[in-house]
Amino acid sequence: MSELLVVGISDYKLARHPKVIVTYALGSCVGVCLYDNQTKIGGLSHIMLPDSNMFPKNEHTNRMKFADTAIQDLVRDLVKMGANRFRLVAKIAGGAQMFRTQPGSPIGSIGDRNVFSARKTLSALNIPIIAEDTGSNFGRTVYLNLETGTMRVQSLSRSVREL
Amino acid sequence: MWGENLINNYEELNDMHIDVLREIGNIGAGNAASALAMILNEEVSISLPRVQITDFNTAVNALGGAETMTVGVLVNLSGEAQGMIMLLLNMEDAAAILSMLLQDKDEEKNATLSELELSAIMEIGNILSSSYINSISTLTGLSINISVPYIAIDMAGALMSVPIIEFGSIGEKVMFIEECFSAEENKLASNIIMFAEIDTLEVIMTRLGIEI
Repeated sequence: MSELLVVGISDYKLARHPKVIVTYALGSCVGVCLYDNQTKIGGLSHIMLPDSNMFPKNEHTNRMKFADTAIQDLVRDLVKMGANRFRLVAKIAGGAQMFRTQPGSPIGSIGDRNVFSARKTLSALNIPIIAEDTGSNFGRTVYLNLETGTMRVQSLSRSVREL
Repeated sequence: MWGENLINNYEELNDMHIDVLREIGNIGAGNAASALAMILNEEVSISLPRVQITDFNTAVNALGGAETMTVGVLVNLSGEAQGMIMLLLNMEDAAAILSMLLQDKDEEKNATLSELELSAIMEIGNILSSSYINSISTLTGLSINISVPYIAIDMAGALMSVPIIEFGSIGEKVMFIEECFSAEENKLASNIIMFAEIDTLEVIMTRLGIEI
């Protein structure tokens, strides 16, 4: 396999082909893959929380933690690396509800809110979501192959999906 | 709510605070270990508690590989203390506990657990967290409610992400108190970890007469 670039929680990485970017064990967090199929430049963001405006911001705020700021910054960096802003497409995965909780429990809804915010941010940036594997109740490991733009989603309870 | 926060994030906890948290973990887990010993009808020992203040990625990997299949039981704490307790078991240990509890002679290790087995594990999580929290309640005089137990079997990292999201919203680190239970005879091992909100830590310290 090509060289793996590992993305942690509240982090993103970007690269060009033939690299593969991976993030492990997304639970309620959301992984957002962005890809330009001409330059074969892409990035993967591991987002923890929906909205940076939920908390008081200061110079120490990690913008990669939140859907709104992480996606904006990743797009900016991809363009800097040479990707075409208008060719970028998105694939997203994650946002599960890991524990079966009672309805109305705030623990239960964070995955949905992360997915919702990622979609909203992408839509505001006019980046189409061309594949999505979100929700449900299981963890996901996500690989973005920069040769093809394929997002590979691995779970313990389900067979591998290539999107 | 509590006026001006004296501790704003977990990184500001000093050595004395950490000693107090370690002692809390010791008392809580000690009580939980006695409960587990009664359930299993054998001696259960606990490791020295570890107070971890780590970045998110270290926390995810703290209890084994991020992708390792793990059984997690989670309870949510509310009332005068906000936090979570999670019991983590690997599949082999979950199966061993079940065979002791349910007198199940089926040695075949399955990747899935039946509804009955899930409830049994959930109940153990419930009993351990209740005894853990009872001792902290008694020690501090705080009234702490615990939720019903929630269970999931999945990647360790995906399970750990739940408390990390909950308590990692401010700052870049989380704090948790971790102990390992072991039952010699059956070579069992499991981890119990407690996360608490920073405000809750302040309240606990104040109750115990510790200067913040």
